[in-house]
Amino acid sequence: MSAEANVQTRMLTVSASPHIRSDESIARIMWTVNATLAPAALFSVYRFGMPALTTMVLCIVVAVATEYLIQRWRDKPVTINDGSAFLTGLLLAMNIPATLPWYMPVFGTVAAIAVAKHTMGGLGYNIFNPALIGRAVLLASWPVAMTTWPEMASKVDGVTSATPLGILKMQGYEKLVAVFGDKAEMYKSLFIGTRSGSMGETSALLLIAGGLFLIYRGYINWQVPVIMIGTVGALTAVFGQDPIMHMMSGGLILGAFYMATDMVTIPITVKGQMVFAAGAGALTVLIRLLGGYPEGVCYAILLMNCVTPLIDLWIKPAKFGARR
Amino acid sequence: MAKTFQGGVHPDDRKRMTAAKPVEVMPLPARVIIPVRQHIGAPCTPIVKAGDLVKKGQMIAEAQAFVASPVHASVSGKVVEVAEYPHPVFGSCTAIVIESDGLDEWLDGLPLQREWKVLDAAAIKDIIRDAGIVGMGGATFPTHVKLAPPAEKKIDTFILNGAECEPYLTADHRVMLEEAERVITGTQIVMKVLGVVKGFIGIEANKPDAIEAMRIAAAGTGIEVVALETKYPQGAEKTLIKAIVDREVPSGGLPMDVGVVVQNVGTVVAVANAVEKGIPLIERVVTVTGGAVAEPKNIRLRVGCTFGQAVEFCGGLKEQLAKIIMGGPMMGMAQRSLEVPVIKGVSGILALSAADVNAGPERPCIRCGRCVKACPMGLTPNMLSILGERGLYQTAKEEYDLLDCVECGSCVYVCPAKRNIVHYVKLSKAQTAAAAAKK
Repeated sequence: MSAEANVQTRMLTVSASPHIRSDESIARIMWTVNATLAPAALFSVYRFGMPALTTMVLCIVVAVATEYLIQRWRDKPVTINDGSAFLTGLLLAMNIPATLPWYMPVFGTVAAIAVAKHTMGGLGYNIFNPALIGRAVLLASWPVAMTTWPEMASKVDGVTSATPLGILKMQGYEKLVAVFGDKAEMYKSLFIGTRSGSMGETSALLLIAGGLFLIYRGYINWQVPVIMIGTVGALTAVFGQDPIMHMMSGGLILGAFYMATDMVTIPITVKGQMVFAAGAGALTVLIRLLGGYPEGVCYAILLMNCVTPLIDLWIKPAKFGARR
Repeated sequence: MAKTFQGGVHPDDRKRMTAAKPVEVMPLPARVIIPVRQHIGAPCTPIVKAGDLVKKGQMIAEAQAFVASPVHASVSGKVVEVAEYPHPVFGSCTAIVIESDGLDEWLDGLPLQREWKVLDAAAIKDIIRDAGIVGMGGATFPTHVKLAPPAEKKIDTFILNGAECEPYLTADHRVMLEEAERVITGTQIVMKVLGVVKGFIGIEANKPDAIEAMRIAAAGTGIEVVALETKYPQGAEKTLIKAIVDREVPSGGLPMDVGVVVQNVGTVVAVANAVEKGIPLIERVVTVTGGAVAEPKNIRLRVGCTFGQAVEFCGGLKEQLAKIIMGGPMMGMAQRSLEVPVIKGVSGILALSAADVNAGPERPCIRCGRCVKACPMGLTPNMLSILGERGLYQTAKEEYDLLDCVECGSCVYVCPAKRNIVHYVKLSKAQTAAAAAKK
């Protein structure tokens, strides 16, 4: 083709600057987060066996299908390929016991996607972390099933046991240490993940590794997990508890790296996120030590989600030229 | 350590295509279209009519207002038309069309020889005004106005902006390499007009050869060459001043409020040529590049040739065009056609392919916060886009500092939701201005 014939100016796009963009996209962010969760997810399948895998697949399939159906029904662009519904399904699965009967995860996932996400307007508009709403709905609906934890598949199959925080709440710290043998054994078990709990609550090591990658990619700010976990450690120490045990127990690591960092539902400035993280950490300790539940990360983050808009009004970036 | 500012982004600079290519002179165009308004300010009045014969360098439209700048014939030949023509900034504008006689004859007495050191500031300002010199980085603000700040604004520092932080563009880079002496002379002239002794030349660290060339040329003049971190928008006035002298232009203010005047590299070369040789601003160096251009080049061309002619000189197009841009890809203006004329403020002509543009459908904001981190002005661009989208223009202005936005586009560049934040900002600014005018 001659250069002349190639000049097709009628096809020009005339739009406001800038005219180039980075390769970053919502899909890239969401799929990266999913990928960093994969090691911890696979580990829980290894630990809890088939029920973990089926629950996980169920949550993901239902999450994506629910989003698809709602977007078709509402006549909106279908965005199931962006990985956000997939992520909600995966995160919810990692927040519940592997042994729930099938209809419970389905119910929780539909609540997460349909109510928490799409009644608010879909991705970007939701006030609350959808996966945590799913978990909260399940905890309110089936409290016994939600706190009955499978023993590791690699140990004795089918035997249920309490989580470390559950033992702590019901039977006290000495009993908890006794379950593991000694303190060092307990810390090791908590860190590596050889203990009972939700699917994603088990391996601190793999969750931290995934979170570090997200920090490296700039998808989450290191201040959030550090401050949230640090606040829990500091406050539990102040109240005479074992801070190391508290920092590695329950959903704290998962929550601090993967839910208190959910960009949609937390403040937009780093400073605001630091306030959010400190608040979530403090509420977690409050619920763990004084509340009726052994674990408080889920409600702590949801409560802080409520005040995110207020934090954003209160903490704004330092404007250039405002100070002289 | 290279100096810099808070925020900003690191786009791939895409300068490799042209950075090492010396400036080529584009052949004389057969016809030039010279708009009577090539500056920010009041339009000029044509002083020639169809049929008139003009010489190169002859004034063909005069400026009556203070904030205005005259235009000159860029070729010798015959005026064939004074009519409405497409304009790269204003959509359309009265233009004087000259058919070249091919002789390229200067107006009598040009170029002359003049010693700038014997001229006083007022005389130099008059020369700059009559030579039609405007900010050649793209803003096209009349230079004589910028060099005449109100008496109560004490100017103590001059900064020459050699940052060239926009991706793709290499015109200033080449001028600094090839005309280092002219750049220094122009800088000295401008400093004399301003009556300042402190002068800086800020250059991004990705142009070490230009930094070296300017340091050699500036030796003994007291002008300091400063290496700046390669980060967009390093060359925006406010961030440039912050990086070099650590002063923050106050919200709603101008560089002169902190005692600084900034000029572009091409502009001071034009000043040097006007003052020493009497040559008005009729040609400039332009980077013609982009993924759709066959042979990207830096070229010296006459004001009034079309974008299309410049692209043809660079081998034409090799790919389907997605966008034609006047200026850089971050702040430049998209054009409707290649038939628009090159004006004084055109630093680059970009023919971008779809792959260069990488737009994609706009999605709702996911509040990732990247725009907040990128914003050099410390704003919340996500809120500006949301409010603009909803038509809440006044809220954007009153509560989210709409007017502090410099439209650098850093936020849009990093946005994973591909939100057209600058579009909403421009819309909101226009709407609030219209609402204010109505009152």
